[in-house]
Amino acid sequence: MTDIVVHLLLIILMPPLLLGIIARTKAVFAGRTGAPYLQPYYDILRLLRKGSVFSGTTTWVFRAGPVVTLAAIATAALLIPLGNHPAPLAFTGDMILFAYLFGLARFFTMAAALDTGSSFEGMGAAREATFSCLAEPTLFFALVVLARLTGSLSLTNMLTRAAAGNWLGTGAAMLLLTGGLFIILLAENCRIPFDDPNTHLELTMVHEVMVLDHSGPAFGYILYGAALKLFVLGAFFIQVALPFKTGVSPVDWVVFIGTMILLAIVIGVVESIMARLKLIRIPQMLVAATILSAFAMLLMLR
Amino acid sequence: MTAGNLIIAAILMTALSGIPALFLRNRTLGQNLATAILVLGSLIGLAGAITTLGSGRTEIYGIAWSLPFGPCEIGVDPLGAIFLLVVFAISGCCAVYATGYWPAADNPATVHRITFFFGLLTAAMALLVTARNGVLFLMAWEVMALSCYFLLSTEDEKADVREAATLYLITTHLGTLSLFAMFSLLQGAAGSFLFPPAGSLNAATPLATGIFVTALLGFGLKAGLMPLHIWLPSAHANAPSHISAFMSGVLIKMGIYGLVRSLSLFHNIPLWWGITVLVIGIISGVAGVAFAIGQHDLKRLLAYHSIENIGIIAMGIGVALIGQAVGNTILILLGMAGALLHVLNHATFKALLFLAAGAVIHATGTREIDLMGGLARRMPYTAAFFLVGAVAICGLPPLNGFVSEFLIYVGLFSGILGEGGTAVAFLALSAPALALIGGLAVACFIKVYGVAFLGVPRAEEAAHGHEAVRVMLAPMALLATICMGIGIFPRMMAGPLAGAVHSWQPAVGMTGPALTAAAPLGWITIMGLVQICLAGGVAAHFIGRLKAEPVSAGVTWGCGYLRPTPRMQYTASSFAELLVKTFAGILHPHVTSPAMKEPLPGPARFASHVPETMLEHVFMPVLRLANDRLAQLRRLQHGQLHLYILYTFVTLVVLLIWAY
Repeated sequence: MTDIVVHLLLIILMPPLLLGIIARTKAVFAGRTGAPYLQPYYDILRLLRKGSVFSGTTTWVFRAGPVVTLAAIATAALLIPLGNHPAPLAFTGDMILFAYLFGLARFFTMAAALDTGSSFEGMGAAREATFSCLAEPTLFFALVVLARLTGSLSLTNMLTRAAAGNWLGTGAAMLLLTGGLFIILLAENCRIPFDDPNTHLELTMVHEVMVLDHSGPAFGYILYGAALKLFVLGAFFIQVALPFKTGVSPVDWVVFIGTMILLAIVIGVVESIMARLKLIRIPQMLVAATILSAFAMLLMLR
Repeated sequence: MTAGNLIIAAILMTALSGIPALFLRNRTLGQNLATAILVLGSLIGLAGAITTLGSGRTEIYGIAWSLPFGPCEIGVDPLGAIFLLVVFAISGCCAVYATGYWPAADNPATVHRITFFFGLLTAAMALLVTARNGVLFLMAWEVMALSCYFLLSTEDEKADVREAATLYLITTHLGTLSLFAMFSLLQGAAGSFLFPPAGSLNAATPLATGIFVTALLGFGLKAGLMPLHIWLPSAHANAPSHISAFMSGVLIKMGIYGLVRSLSLFHNIPLWWGITVLVIGIISGVAGVAFAIGQHDLKRLLAYHSIENIGIIAMGIGVALIGQAVGNTILILLGMAGALLHVLNHATFKALLFLAAGAVIHATGTREIDLMGGLARRMPYTAAFFLVGAVAICGLPPLNGFVSEFLIYVGLFSGILGEGGTAVAFLALSAPALALIGGLAVACFIKVYGVAFLGVPRAEEAAHGHEAVRVMLAPMALLATICMGIGIFPRMMAGPLAGAVHSWQPAVGMTGPALTAAAPLGWITIMGLVQICLAGGVAAHFIGRLKAEPVSAGVTWGCGYLRPTPRMQYTASSFAELLVKTFAGILHPHVTSPAMKEPLPGPARFASHVPETMLEHVFMPVLRLANDRLAQLRRLQHGQLHLYILYTFVTLVVLLIWAY
């Protein structure tokens, strides 16, 4: 019961912190002081208190977009185990629902973008649609590997049983998988080198350009949803990449929070030292990620 | 009344439903009468199908006939009942819709023809599903093929329609030819034209291989499996929309029915059968949706999605066959239940999409998505129903498309955990392939929905669209409700599906609880409700905030550009460009783009189009070659009827002599 409460508290409270840490890491690399760690919380809370502006071309789909997107990601957050603790909801095949909930979120984000009738937002939606299609198989190759590795069909078992011992037994497969998943983590969350959440040039954006016309509370939901998605996919990634466990529940929570913070720092470092890829290179990179995880699968089936 | 009696009554009523309209002067009365009889017949048929699914019983009736093909039987079992459910439900919906979409007052010359053949088509399909004799099956098959031809060619004054209908007629008869071979072989294996009991034939014989290959060809052609799909896009695009809905929802499922029924006759199924069906399913799924992305004709696009979904169904069947080969009953149960549920689901959401597309075409007068835009403002109900269909067909939770894909996925993953090298490798590759299909489907449907319904109108025609009449909206509302019902409460389908799988493969004892134990359908309900509650909570908060804070209207941000026009919006082609480029290797898109050399280029035109590549680059060259080489033979084909009768007579005499 305590674990469920901690899980709920973490998914509600922690996601914006990751954004704050990433921004702070980048500021340190650039030699600036940077915004406080809690800046994303202030941003979201202020947006929730603001008024809204809606374009005259939009319909109810535009208003429903952020709502459905946030609800879908929040549902997925209930399926992911955090650290060594089972998810509040777990059942056979929940990993498929997990993956498809992100599909639903994407569908409504893109629908809201196209509802504005702006060519820039159409452009963003087209890119998002293309890149996410190419990212999808990688996640499923990873799920196949984890299913085979742990002999289970539920995210909770797949990720909590993926112990450090796996790295000793099937290190090559795990390494390939980690590489593929890290690429997907960055691509799905619109981080550099795939997309730049801080860019101000509409022509080059992917995710940010889709939400240009949202304002007020709706934009607050979008920001929080993006942070939650980073948190959930990040939790998935670190349980494959850094499966440290002690078996003592409070210690495991601390380890989990520590590794998540570490992940945010790593993402911040990657963003600081890398340039954005050319747009036409992104599909190639995503296909490369798919092939990496396909190799991991071959090693597992061998 | 037993279920069988109900089904037989339904077949008779639907078959005869269009006859009064042929003789009535008052076309509107004729159409209404035909629709009423057909809907009544469909309801009776639905009652029969639901009774059968509820009881799980099989009823067989003998028919006394004087044809020299041995005894004849018809039967209703849970496997057939799933397909009967689809036939009668979609038929009723499409018939009601037709009274608004194809009203007698506007189409006095064609309406009686359409109602007559529509009734006949419904009856032929129902008879086909109940037939237990190869010859009766082929008769029903042929009535179905021909009445569909007459429905498809309704607007035969248009060259496109004639061409599509001719292509359909040729390919459907090629399929029938293959089925003649198949049923002859089956008669050789079983000793009679009556279907042998399920699981009674040994699959490890050359004869069985012959039956499998001919069945795959003949039924695959009807189902539209790649690369046998060439007739499907143009036929679906050129038929009246409610006929397209019926073809896509039901007609192509008859190919699936035939395949499933003929596979049910075998035991000891070799692994390569399952792998073949699985791989064909993957090819159809990926290529079907890739072609769909390149389309900008609304109905052609939906037609390619039928190929994709038939691919998903075939993947389910493949999983079940692999389960038989490796002796894993979970795979049989999940694969077949997933495939059958997807048959039902695809029928509902695809019929819904075609009916909504029909309403759009009715309102705008064009099938070209790039001319539409902003329809959600003028057709709010149609737009909402189309959205339900679009989310469902992408397999997204909490609608019905997700449930059937979930069953197939869980089947694939269960197989991956098992032993058996080759099978595991293919199953492991299928899961990411199905994910790719899902991702591409999302891309394609967001394109259609965004370009047609959202944004602002791109052309004058689309700007004056009007909402569909109530009689067209009602069937859409019903279908959308079914999509949501199965999506949130899939457990109600567990019993019927398990019963159908049991009648497909009686060797494995199947019950509803076995299915829910293998794939937790109850959890899907819980998760669906969680999702709805969370969305409701966020929505309530949002509405509260909107009420509390000022809301103002503005214009869409155009990056400071002051004279935006609707033509600057992303079009279907520009949305799909990145993906079409990625798949250029299989799509072979035609692109005419202007060369811009000067610093200030003049007006220019750009056009891109994804053709039916398989037809253009594979079939047509081969057929042209055959046409040239076989010119001598064509002298036999001169169009003189009396000489054709002579050919038949001579053939019979030769056969008689040979028989002695």
